Amino acid sequence: MEERDRYRRDVGADDAREEDNGTTGTTYDQARWTDDGAYEPLLAEKDQTEVSVGGDDSPLPDDLTRDSLELPALSEPELARHYARLSEMNYGVDSGPFPLGSCTMKYNPKFTEALAAHPDAAVHPDRPDESLQGLLSVAAQLQDYLGRIGGMDAVTLQPPAGAAGEFTGIHIAKAYHEHNGDNRTEVVIPDSAHGTNFATAAMAGFDVVELPSAEDGRVDVAALEAAVGDDTAALMLTNPNTLGLFERDIEAIADVVHDAGGLLYYDGANLNALLGRACPGDMGFDVMHYNVHKTFATPHGGGGPGAGPVGVVEKLAPFLPTPHVRATDTGSDGGSDSATEYERYQPAHSIGKVHGFEGNWLVLLKTCAYIARLGDSGLADASAKAVLNANYLAERIDLEVPYGPFHHEFVASAGDRDAADFAKRMLDYGVHPPTTKWPEIVDEALMTEPTEAESPDSLDDLAAAFDAVADADEDALAAAPERTAARRIDQVEAAREPRLSWHALESE
Amino acid sequence: MLDTVGVPDEEALFDIPESVHFDGEFDIPARDERTVRRELENALGRSDDLTEFLGRGHYAHYVPALVDDLASRQEFLTSYTQYQPEVAQGFLQALFEYQSLLVELAGLEVANCSMYDAATALGEAATLSQRVRSVSGERVLVPENVREGKLAVLDRYADGPGLRVDTYPTDEGTADIDGLADAVDDETALVYAETPTVVGAIEDSLGEIGDLADAHDALFVVGTDPVAMALLERPVDAGADVVVGEASTLGLGSAGGMGMGLFVTRKEYLRQVPGRLVGAGEDRAERRAFTLTLQTREQHIRKERATSNICTNQAWLALRAAIHAATLGPDGLVDLAEDCVRLATDLADRLDDVDGLQAPVHDRHHFREFQARTDQPAPAVASALEAEGFAVHVVGDHRIQVCVTDATEPAVDDFVAAMAEVA
Repeated sequence: MEERDRYRRDVGADDAREEDNGTTGTTYDQARWTDDGAYEPLLAEKDQTEVSVGGDDSPLPDDLTRDSLELPALSEPELARHYARLSEMNYGVDSGPFPLGSCTMKYNPKFTEALAAHPDAAVHPDRPDESLQGLLSVAAQLQDYLGRIGGMDAVTLQPPAGAAGEFTGIHIAKAYHEHNGDNRTEVVIPDSAHGTNFATAAMAGFDVVELPSAEDGRVDVAALEAAVGDDTAALMLTNPNTLGLFERDIEAIADVVHDAGGLLYYDGANLNALLGRACPGDMGFDVMHYNVHKTFATPHGGGGPGAGPVGVVEKLAPFLPTPHVRATDTGSDGGSDSATEYERYQPAHSIGKVHGFEGNWLVLLKTCAYIARLGDSGLADASAKAVLNANYLAERIDLEVPYGPFHHEFVASAGDRDAADFAKRMLDYGVHPPTTKWPEIVDEALMTEPTEAESPDSLDDLAAAFDAVADADEDALAAAPERTAARRIDQVEAAREPRLSWHALESE
Repeated sequence: MLDTVGVPDEEALFDIPESVHFDGEFDIPARDERTVRRELENALGRSDDLTEFLGRGHYAHYVPALVDDLASRQEFLTSYTQYQPEVAQGFLQALFEYQSLLVELAGLEVANCSMYDAATALGEAATLSQRVRSVSGERVLVPENVREGKLAVLDRYADGPGLRVDTYPTDEGTADIDGLADAVDDETALVYAETPTVVGAIEDSLGEIGDLADAHDALFVVGTDPVAMALLERPVDAGADVVVGEASTLGLGSAGGMGMGLFVTRKEYLRQVPGRLVGAGEDRAERRAFTLTLQTREQHIRKERATSNICTNQAWLALRAAIHAATLGPDGLVDLAEDCVRLATDLADRLDDVDGLQAPVHDRHHFREFQARTDQPAPAVASALEAEGFAVHVVGDHRIQVCVTDATEPAVDDFVAAMAEVA
């Protein structure tokens, strides 16, 4: 304990973390394997073996087969070392703090992995309902959990990611309006929204109406009134928004949208801030997606698989994707009774499908396990800690945070520093930097979300990293990062002459 | 911490108007880890313990232990999308190697980091057709036997850009070339063909389909998977413009329908590609380094003008597929693919010898799976098989579909014996 206290004082000192002789606080050097102008060589640089395909021993005639295949042929020990080294050149949540705003990089419990690896989870979806009661009962339980948490009447688990959830929800809105003989062509989206919202609306065939934020960083209700009308299919909204601010006028916003005949869509990206304290359903939202990675701690896996279940109010339930799971006797959406039988059915006005089967089942299983583990008290506590941690961290750093009161995340400004350079320097302190340069309403934005997972010590560490970078001179920022496996990568040059496979490298 | 922030408790930090404050309960009790595991394992155990001779788009091959071991390393599993490439070289390189594997298999120059599954990859190919300048028209042609779930997803993706999805006839489980020639016209933006097809038949007219698509300036999209591509005619040699399909045939196994879509295309469509791409570049130490590239195509930069709304994909499954392929090596991968032909052919022969069964239904070479006619009603046969511990697809009143891989091979003798009992 004494050790720890002394360490804290050191971190707080002005001269802490002098780079390269930084001896106080945590220092970090990522593993770096180098080899003749590269880092770990590619598999194809370790071996290329060409085998001929077809011929006398082939079970197929030659006109149906390719001629040859050239791939690396390496032993298991060689491969174990290859991927172990690659993993050493990668940073995960278990490596250190990961306060990537709006991405919610919280700790991923391990027991859910063990559960997902259980042989009974490895089933094919094309089995009769009677023989698939395990999968269906867990699905029903999760539908029920999510419905309660979101204040929604029915939930589909099919969308395989958050963006796919948006796609599903906006298509449900479209189908609902079409069913009512109402041709609506526009989706309204605040300028601070996630890029996926705009792209989703466009993919579903809508025109996007971008809504400028009010000066306080929230939705400008007067501007919203001017923007909505007979063409408005839906407003897509994140609450708390990307600045971490709760949309205090949410009821007025809902009234404006509903009075115009539109639907209110909740982007669940920031639901981690509200668990047990506010429900999208109570705020007037008609349709929402949940990001199971962000809210329910399924691992991000370096870019998926995720899952983006969608919840809807009663009037939209008939439009959910097919199949949907329900209790056979009562027709209810869920429940966890071990005696209840479950079945799949096609909702009356279903939009069809958004995934070839029924979504990312193993991820959904982990989601269900996390929610069951935490329960009411744990979920509420997760939000409380997430919000407290964000506020504590913001208090501890020397940067300006122009908008508040914020919840699970805040957007600091790097001031006269380039936020991207700022982030690169943070890497040298063994922490992952915040999301940078977004939302644009804050100059040189550092969108920071420490999550509930970080301890006070870890938050102090993170704050020290922020402050050390804020105090560093321009040269240090320009030179960063120095301690990571790779040094600063020229992304402009990489995009100018794209080389996207080892074949492209060989042909140079 | 509360003192530092200057609040009496955490509740004081929530800026939520009283009128929308949630004061209720979810009524979800907290449970300890052991209890949750036991409850959910008991729930999972409610599914019958069946040996699944099932396929039709979701396949289980044996996954080597090395895949689980390496992919489970937290640096991979708990990492994020590689927005800070300097600290994420390992995953980026693994994805670059995954892309390279697909480039080798398909013969086309550009593979992305993954799509959600085969069906959404096909949907993305349909929207791509509208962004390619050389293509005009709004009609998408798919074989009449395309799996229902895949067609439903395609319909959903086609809805936004206003595409019309039509089908063309098949013959013996593969494309009816004359029927396709009649169906294709200058309004056709995309012609889709699969090999193997949904009934397990290897398409023997891929090049002719490509020629028909080409003659009408339509995008030729081939649906397949990495194991099949290790053996079958290269899509590029048949004139494919885009290759889509289920890449989770490597690295995953049976997963309740969870999959991973592959997407490979020509270099000339590079800037229209949906999803993430990893490229090689150079860092300040003048060493080769990897980074996500051409991100101006993507939603976080281009918003409503992005090539797709996809953000999170199936990256970790791409890592698993790459490791699986590496453990097999080229010989092992080709052997696995040849086994897919031999196992299906042999099992069809053995079932054909069973009274009451005729297999295969389609006079084609088969890969992994095939259909069989049943003298008795197919649902009754399948139901009786379940009682014996086996699952097959019922695809018609008197037709079943059977899939066999290295994962189910050890159960083949028992399966055939059970069939002899129930057919």
